[in-house]
Amino acid sequence: MSLDDLYRRVIMDHYQKPRNKGKMENDAVSVELNNPTCGDKIYLQMRVEDGKIVDAKFTGEGCSISMASASMMTEAVKGLTEDESLKLVDLFSRMMLGEEVDVDQFPLEDIEALTGVAKFPARIKCATLAWKALEKGLGDNHSKEA
Amino acid sequence: MNRFHQDFPILKQEVNGSPLVYLDSSATSQKPAQVIDAIDAYYKQINSNVHRGVHTLGTMATDAYEGAREKVRALIHARTTKEIIFNRGTTTGINLVARSYAAAKLTADDEILLTPAEHHSNLIPWQQAAKSSGAQLKYFELEPDGSLDLAKAKKMITSRTKVIAINHVSNVMGTIHPLKELAKLVHAHGGVIAVDGAQSVPHLKVDVQDLDVDFYTFSGHKMFGPTGIGVLYGKEALLDQMEPVEFGGEMIDHVDLYESTWKELPWKFEGGTPIIAGAIGLGAAIDYINSIGIEVIEKHDLEISQYAYDQLASHIEGISLYGPKQGRMGMVTFNLGDVHPHDVATVLDAEGIAVRAGHHCCQPLMRWLNVSATARASFHIYNDESDIDRLIKGLQKTKEYFGHVFR
Repeated sequence: MSLDDLYRRVIMDHYQKPRNKGKMENDAVSVELNNPTCGDKIYLQMRVEDGKIVDAKFTGEGCSISMASASMMTEAVKGLTEDESLKLVDLFSRMMLGEEVDVDQFPLEDIEALTGVAKFPARIKCATLAWKALEKGLGDNHSKEA
Repeated sequence: MNRFHQDFPILKQEVNGSPLVYLDSSATSQKPAQVIDAIDAYYKQINSNVHRGVHTLGTMATDAYEGAREKVRALIHARTTKEIIFNRGTTTGINLVARSYAAAKLTADDEILLTPAEHHSNLIPWQQAAKSSGAQLKYFELEPDGSLDLAKAKKMITSRTKVIAINHVSNVMGTIHPLKELAKLVHAHGGVIAVDGAQSVPHLKVDVQDLDVDFYTFSGHKMFGPTGIGVLYGKEALLDQMEPVEFGGEMIDHVDLYESTWKELPWKFEGGTPIIAGAIGLGAAIDYINSIGIEVIEKHDLEISQYAYDQLASHIEGISLYGPKQGRMGMVTFNLGDVHPHDVATVLDAEGIAVRAGHHCCQPLMRWLNVSATARASFHIYNDESDIDRLIKGLQKTKEYFGHVFR
């Protein structure tokens, strides 16, 4: 177990310079999620048009892993359909469980850098927070439309 | 390593390639061999249900269980074992007081006074009690170092104050609160004081009669005992007026098809088969405390906390320390510049150093401190200065590491 497995350079880059950090107008799909065990928070907003995520932004408080993961996730899902995004959530969850996944399926290669988190069980929830917010946001959006 | 370290089998191991430095005793303390052996012996030799049946083992188990109650009574100097109720832990004890005492006594004209530094377990039960009764929650104002100014506190306490709910020692800042004075003030107005003692009983001498507190709760697992056992102390006259909140076996006197009556104190609050092994383990933990002397523990834990505070303040540039500069019990809580406490804790863990990171079940206090989370190193009798020196080295490494990755 090496710290460098966890804190890869690209993760630190997203942590220092988060992509898509900020807020959108209120008509966007919005979801707020906490990690109640540690206090990390994410507020995720997405604009969904014709079943496609055309924009995503987040704000939040949390550690390097949770914020970097949120930055990567928002970058990755832009331009994807809701179904494609949910498949990514599943892929990411399996990667966090330590399963071998085809990382080429991620539309953003930076995400592969989070593979090492699986070796740090206490930090997996940090990495998955943004992805859970994505899943919840899309679910809420779906039930609203239905 | 000090002479107590060897009593704790778990501490003799390496974690991530380094000897374990356990600095998370405020979350739960480690257990000495004496406690582990007592629980082992109970299950191997006398395991039986208590207060029923006439067989020999049953009598032995009952004697051991009730013997543990007497040890608790003596430790906190309660008047009688009727005032010592075993339960699952501090949270359960506070919930019982909030539900049973407060629900019967509180009205919409009343106030419950707390500090913003309460653990969620000493906050949410009172929020619920306030909701159901219409009573108002009010908060003492804290000084910048997290302490309570008695003169200001005095102004808050009025004839409306029915309950002061307060921790004896803060689980984030290590602040020690002036219970005796607060008890006097609230009694003068006809209210009661209910104390969360989870972080105090493990470290300092508590005399409930001298403090004149009305309720006092604590957990076994933070004072060298097992998890799953806790204690509620309450003045007999108050407990007598209170209704149980859990009903079932063990707590009844006479049962009819439509009506039942309760056993006398303390058993009316102990429905169901009690936590027998837990109570016996707690009894062994109290024996262990007494073998050292609570005064010795108190002095050691104050000194090591002060040493840690001073070392961190003088050796770690850019550190933020929370709580009082002096007189802190059992812990230091800090942040290391912009490095998130989770990241601090992960780097320390890689060095074999266990600390807590997060909100410490004190979200309102985190907002008061204007942080989202903190790291906390907490201590007990098995820690010594060499552990603090390892912490300092670990934090220096954390700074270097994050300096490196940030570059």
